[in-house]
Amino acid sequence: MTVREIFDSMDYGPAPEGAAEALAWLVDGGDRFGHFIGGAMTEPGDGFEAKNPATGEVLATLTQGRQADVDAAVAAARKAQGKWAKLPGNARARYLYALARLVQKHSRLFAVLETLDNGKPIRESRDIDVPLVARHFYYHAGMAQLIDSEMPDRAPLGVCGQIIPWNFPLLMLAWKVAPAIAMGNTVVLKPAEYTSLTALLFAQICQEAGLPKGVVNIVTGDGAVGEMIVGHDGIDKIAFTGSTDVGRIIRKATAGTGKALTLELGGKSPYIVFDDADIDSAVEGLVDAIWFNAGQVCCAGSRLIVQEGIAEQFHEKLRRRMDGLRIGDPLDKCIDVGAVVDPVQLAQIRDKVASATGEVYQPPGELPAGCYFKSTLITGLSPSDPLMQEEIFGPVLVGTTFRTPDEAVALANNTRYGLAATLWSENLNLALDIAPKLAAGVVWVNATNLFDAAAGFGGVRESGFGREGGWEGLLAYTRPKTGAKALAKIEAVAAPEAGNASGLDRTAKMYVGGKQARPDGGYSRAIWSKGGDLLGHAGIANRKDIRNAVEAARGASGWAKTTGHLRAQILYYIAENLEARAEEFAARLASMTGMGGKAAGAEVAASVSRLFSYGAWADKFDGAVKSVPLRGLAVAVNEPVGVIGAFAADEAPLLGLVSVIGPAMAMGNRCVVVASEPYPLAATDFYQVLDTSDVPGGVVNILTGSHAELAAQMSGHMDIDAVWSFSSSDISGVIEREAAGNLKRTWVNHGRARDWVADGEGRAFLQAATEVKTVWVPYGE
Amino acid sequence: MTTDLSSSERLGHTARDALVPQVHEPRNPGMALDLDWVMSARANTSAIERRAATLPGRRSVKKDWQAAWLLKAVTLIDLTTLSGDDTDGRVRRLCAKARQPIRRDLLDAMGMGGITTGAVCVYHDMVETAVDALQGSGIPVAAVSTGFPAGLSPFNLRLAEIGESVNAGAQEIDIVISRRHVLTGNWQALYDEMRAFREACGEAHVKAILATGELGTLRNVARASLVCMMAGADFIKTSTGKEGVNATLPVSLVMIRALRDYYDRTGFRIGYKPAGGISKAKDALVYLTLIKDELGTRWLQPDLFRFGASSLLGDIERQLEHHVTGRYSASYRHPMA
Repeated sequence: MTVREIFDSMDYGPAPEGAAEALAWLVDGGDRFGHFIGGAMTEPGDGFEAKNPATGEVLATLTQGRQADVDAAVAAARKAQGKWAKLPGNARARYLYALARLVQKHSRLFAVLETLDNGKPIRESRDIDVPLVARHFYYHAGMAQLIDSEMPDRAPLGVCGQIIPWNFPLLMLAWKVAPAIAMGNTVVLKPAEYTSLTALLFAQICQEAGLPKGVVNIVTGDGAVGEMIVGHDGIDKIAFTGSTDVGRIIRKATAGTGKALTLELGGKSPYIVFDDADIDSAVEGLVDAIWFNAGQVCCAGSRLIVQEGIAEQFHEKLRRRMDGLRIGDPLDKCIDVGAVVDPVQLAQIRDKVASATGEVYQPPGELPAGCYFKSTLITGLSPSDPLMQEEIFGPVLVGTTFRTPDEAVALANNTRYGLAATLWSENLNLALDIAPKLAAGVVWVNATNLFDAAAGFGGVRESGFGREGGWEGLLAYTRPKTGAKALAKIEAVAAPEAGNASGLDRTAKMYVGGKQARPDGGYSRAIWSKGGDLLGHAGIANRKDIRNAVEAARGASGWAKTTGHLRAQILYYIAENLEARAEEFAARLASMTGMGGKAAGAEVAASVSRLFSYGAWADKFDGAVKSVPLRGLAVAVNEPVGVIGAFAADEAPLLGLVSVIGPAMAMGNRCVVVASEPYPLAATDFYQVLDTSDVPGGVVNILTGSHAELAAQMSGHMDIDAVWSFSSSDISGVIEREAAGNLKRTWVNHGRARDWVADGEGRAFLQAATEVKTVWVPYGE
Repeated sequence: MTTDLSSSERLGHTARDALVPQVHEPRNPGMALDLDWVMSARANTSAIERRAATLPGRRSVKKDWQAAWLLKAVTLIDLTTLSGDDTDGRVRRLCAKARQPIRRDLLDAMGMGGITTGAVCVYHDMVETAVDALQGSGIPVAAVSTGFPAGLSPFNLRLAEIGESVNAGAQEIDIVISRRHVLTGNWQALYDEMRAFREACGEAHVKAILATGELGTLRNVARASLVCMMAGADFIKTSTGKEGVNATLPVSLVMIRALRDYYDRTGFRIGYKPAGGISKAKDALVYLTLIKDELGTRWLQPDLFRFGASSLLGDIERQLEHHVTGRYSASYRHPMA
């Protein structure tokens, strides 16, 4: 075209970013790359090709990791870990600072290489991914600096296995590596096989930064390498970002091994537009929600939920906006949507859209040759359409309408996922009312896809667990310093040959929905004192008792909405009523367990004190306002987890019980607690205390029975959000394995004992009883 | 409904270079004040700022495209002098520059015929001189009016000022609105004032200067834009150039979105003129991408878009010479206005 022709047409033209330097970097590496183990690149071996999805060109040949490579990487990480962890925080901070600076110094090389390898527009890799990577290392350089003074009771986990996806290759590396090494861990990281190149460039800057050998190790390869890492005995923690299906496999594979686990999985995040929204801005927001990185974003706003009265106008404006999206060469600086990462992914998107019911809109015009998919809007769907439930992971937006705010929330939450949510309204009252009601780890108000190292990111439900970013993100890479002893199985007192069953029969029932309940199965077990006295009978709960208890707990949803002040008053009241019956409880403990009267009295006193502690905490476990680079608020809110199933400690029949009920109640959860298996009668006595203390029915439900028999049922229940176990039965593995079903959070003891008096309350319990939700509220007039 | 041709059309378009497209846009007749619509206008400041901030990173025009776009920008400039020390000589010099804004040799090198700026913009007393100096060029003269820049002179005098400028040959009148009507939410008063200005303009086109830097909020900008369009404005314009804050991308986004809604509802295309503070070629390109992406290519013509600028042309001239020669340019190599 001549200048004159362009002057008349005012078309856009090509505006390519140069790739010469990035291609030269590949050539310098011989176009073949090995792994990065123990501070050096290994010899390239047999492997696979890294391709540019926009053109199909082969960029380099990478090495398929074998077991020996993973072993070597784990060994290098293990060897480095002790010394790395012993460095003063400031020393580690200097390395992280160097990494941040080096990312900035090589920023364009990283950006171009990322775009070549992944197909995302250069604007995104240049303006979003790489700056966020540098920010993440800066932020965690600061965390390394502060750990000694601010987290004196926390220790690193050890060697972390980290498996990351192909949609944000370098950014996910930063999210994984920065907090891990800041806290004194060492890592073995596997990039996605589609997109390993920027990880290999990162290996080079680790060398340039003089990072000690073995602190960061990178093994390339496919899912088989991921499996080797997940299954490796020398690894203490697995951090995975990827699909929910693979996350579930990893949950099962690591169950019972004692490996720590965080999962950041899929989503089908709602994008809610109220009729008082700035509609043009909400339309523009969708460009960043679902066409950012061609929709290949776990937290993409992929489910459009628009108020019915404005839906037609909104969809019309949206279609017009879609017409203006430019799809094509990712290296072009004038492109909105680049290539899909791989033909395999493209085929999946095609298949899903081909199955669509509803009204499908795609802008007119031809796509360029290569791995591209048109921006797509599918309206008129209902929740029962599979595309409203399944993650598409492509530039495809599906939508429906709502009538009222309550219906918007119901539609938004009608999903197994819970990663992010977006809502648009100019009404602050409405926005701040809706945000807490959305089942999501992140909520954006009048914005979308905002990220920062200071703000936690992560999901609820089947979107995974654990947070990345902020102080809360550090919990995923540290553990309490205290070492725990093994916990032996505590057996019930055996029935004596000639028991003494004098006195009036007292029937211990279970406690469900605020009422005493007989066991569904109709079986009970006699509880004997060591002296051979029959103390009573305890029901043997079965799966239906769990079902009933969970239903009661789910029904008591009002508890989550009560104020901390009210919950505090009720906890204090329980304490008051327990103390009034202190002697009776002490006598019960003594007779059940054979402990001395003094010890029994001490356990009751500790229980009263514990209830006081959680009464105190109920209105004091504050959230935080995060220092994000934005005019606005990023508020971390500690929300209740929901319904918690718990196996109480066997060895402390009363204190163990209140130690789980207390934090659960204080934070607004409902719970289903299985009492100490050998000594259940303190718990059944305790429900009488609850009954007299204004505890709403269903908030606390108490079952008695066999932990081993109930563990799978409890953990497999799809309407329970978290399961805790402090049991002396060996049930940690089965709980973690069964939890994979709905990816509920687990907190289990892995057969380790806990000192319930000295170490049985506080932040660890409160953190387990809450999920951090980050609510972003940009403001400005 | 008054259907009319644009000012450049009436003024013997044949005299102008054939590169300037013939345009036939029906003139906005205005409509009754629709307060429901006005009050429903929303403008989420942070979202608008984010869109504005990321736009330069999303769009890029390079090489021949950049040259063509910059040439287009030149044809969209209201070359302006609004100084107390303006004289006939100064205004004639400006008009000469408007006729030949880019060096002939540069245009030849790019295969372009002659181009002119979109208009020349002056105070009333300079209108006659400018009209005379632009005789036969087809370049319209725009006069700032109605007690520019504050708009606080007696209402009858403001109306009379419009009439005087039209009589003197101005084909475009840039009026200033009474900011107090916006700040006190007196939309009826704003509507009535604008209606009166429009009537006083007669056949001359009227650009409504909102003085957005003094309206306090983007929502006010959106509402004032709608009211002025309802009252018959042919163009809405950001600023006088005298406010503390003049044209910005966020303000532009709000105004052109209002303008798009007005077109959607009424079928009339209104023009847009950002003014003040746009002095770099790169800024001009960002504005053009904003207009193209939000409104469409049709709006990138002088009948629907103008830059109010005095120093922008100089930077574009340097960039164009760089395009032609591959060497960075110097300002003294280009004829001054």
